[in-house]
Amino acid sequence: MTHRGSRVLHVGSLSRVEGEGALRLHVHDGTVTEARLEIYEPPRFFEAFLRGRAYTEPPDITARVCGICPVAYQMSACAAIEDACGVTVDPVIRDLRRLLYCGEWIESHALHIYLLHAPDFLGRTSAIDLARTHRAEVERGLRLKKAGNALMELLGGRAVHPVNVRLGGFHRAPTRNELRPLAEELKRALDDAWETVRWVAGLDFPDAHTDADLLALAAPDTYAIESGTTAFLRADGTTGSFPLRDFTDRVTETHVAHSTALHSRLDGRLHLTGPLARFAVGGHLLSPVALQAAVEAGLGDPREGAVCRNPYRSILVRAVETVYAVDEALRITEAYEPPARPYTEVPPVAGVGHGATEAPRGLLYHRYEIDADGIVTSASLVPPTAQNQGAIEDDLRRLAQRAISEHDPDDAELTALCERAIRNHDPCISCSTHFLDLTVVRTSGDTPRDFSGGCDA
Amino acid sequence: MSTPTLAVFKLASCDGCQLTLLDCEDELLALAGKVEIAHFLEATSAVAPGPYDLSLVEGSVTTPGDAERVRSIRAASRHLVTIGACATAGGIQALRNFADVNEYRRTVYAHPEYISTLATSTPVSAHVDVDFELRGCPIDRRQLLEVITAFLAGRKPDIPNHSVCFECKRRGTVCVTVAHGTPCLGPVTHAGCGALCPAYQRGCFGCFGPSGSVNLPALIPLLRNGGASRSDSGKGGGGRRAGGLDEDAVMRFLHTFNAAAFDKELRK
Repeated sequence: MTHRGSRVLHVGSLSRVEGEGALRLHVHDGTVTEARLEIYEPPRFFEAFLRGRAYTEPPDITARVCGICPVAYQMSACAAIEDACGVTVDPVIRDLRRLLYCGEWIESHALHIYLLHAPDFLGRTSAIDLARTHRAEVERGLRLKKAGNALMELLGGRAVHPVNVRLGGFHRAPTRNELRPLAEELKRALDDAWETVRWVAGLDFPDAHTDADLLALAAPDTYAIESGTTAFLRADGTTGSFPLRDFTDRVTETHVAHSTALHSRLDGRLHLTGPLARFAVGGHLLSPVALQAAVEAGLGDPREGAVCRNPYRSILVRAVETVYAVDEALRITEAYEPPARPYTEVPPVAGVGHGATEAPRGLLYHRYEIDADGIVTSASLVPPTAQNQGAIEDDLRRLAQRAISEHDPDDAELTALCERAIRNHDPCISCSTHFLDLTVVRTSGDTPRDFSGGCDA
Repeated sequence: MSTPTLAVFKLASCDGCQLTLLDCEDELLALAGKVEIAHFLEATSAVAPGPYDLSLVEGSVTTPGDAERVRSIRAASRHLVTIGACATAGGIQALRNFADVNEYRRTVYAHPEYISTLATSTPVSAHVDVDFELRGCPIDRRQLLEVITAFLAGRKPDIPNHSVCFECKRRGTVCVTVAHGTPCLGPVTHAGCGALCPAYQRGCFGCFGPSGSVNLPALIPLLRNGGASRSDSGKGGGGRRAGGLDEDAVMRFLHTFNAAAFDKELRK
C-alpha cells in the first residue's frame, strides 16, 4: 500500500456480478480523482453479425447476449421488429409474454437477492458460505428461484435461452391444464417472496443517495415490464417522457476521453435504470399486495409519492418486485384462456423499429432496420448496465470519498466498500455488447481532477 | 482424502452455462458439501489458489489475453472440462470467423483501435488439451451434474453422442419435418436438450452442435424441400413444400450457435 493520502486501488476481478469486470480507484492527497468500473468482457460483435440475418432471428440470437436475462433480449427484439412491421399482438399473447417475463424477474431477482447481494449485508463471501449460518434463508431463496425457472421452463422450454418465443408470440401456447400445477408452485412462491421482503427489510442499510435521473418504462395502467413508453424522474422532482423512437436522441452514448467505455447520458445527465427507477416511475401501479409489501419493507407508499434513492436499498425494491412478479404470474395463470393461435403473423415490412422492455436490472432498448425481404440491415442494442455505468461510477466516487474523509479505511476495507456499491446495481457485464474499457489510460495523480460534471471528466 | 476442489472460469460468453450450475437449486447445497468451490467469481468472493481438481471453462477464446489465460487455467487444473457451445465450438461469436473482424470492429465501436480482439473465436480445445467437452447453448443441467459427479467419482461421464432425433422418439414427439415440413436440424444435432424445440412445435436449431455421426449432404436437400420431398415419395407434386429454405436460409440455419462446428462438417 502506498501512503494513504495518495493511492491507486485496483480490484482485478469483481465477484458476484454477472460477467467480468474490474475496478480502479485513484486517490490523490485524500481526494478521489477517479473511480472507474472497467469492463474487460471480450467483444462479441452482436450488432455486426445481426446484419444479414433474417428478421425472424434476433429473438433467438440476441438471447445469447446474456444467459441471466435472455427473455429481456427476446422481448425487446420482438417488440422492435414488430414495431418495424406494424404488427400489434393480441392481448392473450401479451399476457403470456408478461407471464414468461415474470418468470425471469423471479429467477433473476432471487438469484441477485440471495446468491449475489445478501452475503454483503451479512459479511459472507457467497450464498454457500451464507448457508452455514442462514441455511433456511438460502433454501428459501433457491426455492423461489426454482419457481421462476419452473415458469420459464414451462412456457419457454428452458430457463436459459428459452426456445418457445417467436415474432408475433409463441411457437406453442400452453394449455390450461399445463399451467394449473404452476399455480400451486406460485402460491408457495408468494409466501417465500413475502418472507424475503421481511428478511431483507431487517438488514442494515448504509446511508447513500443517488442524484441520477431515474429512467424506466411507463405503462398506462400497470407496472411496466414487457412494454411502455420511456419516462424519467430527475433529482429535482421534474418528470418527463418521450416516445421510444426518440430513445437514441435522448439517451446518447459518448466515448469518454480516457476510455473506450461508451457512457450513456439522458439529455446530457447521468441516469440510472433498474428497480429504483421502476419504483419511482411506476410504483403507484403495483398491485395491492406488492404495495403492501413496499410499505412493510419500509419503502413507503409510492401512491403518496414515495421514491427510493438509496442504492443499498435496491434489494428491498427487488424483493417487492419479486412479490409483484409472483402475484402477477398468478393472476395471469388463473385468468388464462389459450389463444386460438399461439402467434400473430408478422410479414416483413421495410423500415425501422424500436423496442424496449424492463430487464430485471433495467431498461433494455433494441433498434432494427430491415429491408423488404426481411433481412436485418442494422441493429443496435443498449443494455441497462451500459446506461447505468456512469451512475455506478458516480456512486463509487462519492462513497469512497466519504469513507476516506470520515475514517480513511485501509485498502481491503475500501475494496469491499466499492465492490458492494457496484453489486447494489446488479450489473450484468455479459450484456456489455458494446461497451468496453480495455485500455487503461491513467493520470499520474499530480493534479486532483474535477468531478463536478460526473465521472467522465 | 481432502475435499476435491472445483473451479469455474469464463472467457467470451453470456454466463448462461455457469448460471446452469447455480440453477441446480435442489442439488447446489449438497454439491457444495462434496466439493470445495475454490474459484467461481460469479458466485463467490472467496478465491483459493490452484491447482484445482476440476475446472469448468465457459466461453471461447477471442482475445490474445484469453489465449494466454486459458493456458494458465490448464496448467492449474487436474481435469479441465469445457461447458457450452462457446467453449466447445467457438459459440455465436465465431460468426466473425466468416467475416472481416476489422469491419466488425468499425461497425460496433467508434474507436476500433482500442478494441483488442482476435480475428477468430475458437474453442478451448484449439489451445489446450481438454478432458471432456459438454455441449449445448446452454448446457443441460442434468448433463452438467452427470459430468461433475463422474469426475468426482473418477469415471467417464455418461453423455450419449447420438442425435436429437433419438430424444424426439423417446419423448414421443411427432416429427415436425415429416408432419409439417418444418426445417429441423435434429437429425444432425448432438442430443442433450431432451429434444426441446420439436416439443414446442419448432425445428431444432442445432444449439448442441453436430452429433457423432453427421450426414449433412443428406439433410440439406430436406431443408430445401421443407421435409420429405413429394417427388421422392412418388405421391405427386414434386414442388417445394411450405417451410423449405432457400440457399441463404440453409446457410443461416447452420450458421448460428455452433457455426464453426457445422461449417467444419459442411467442408468434409
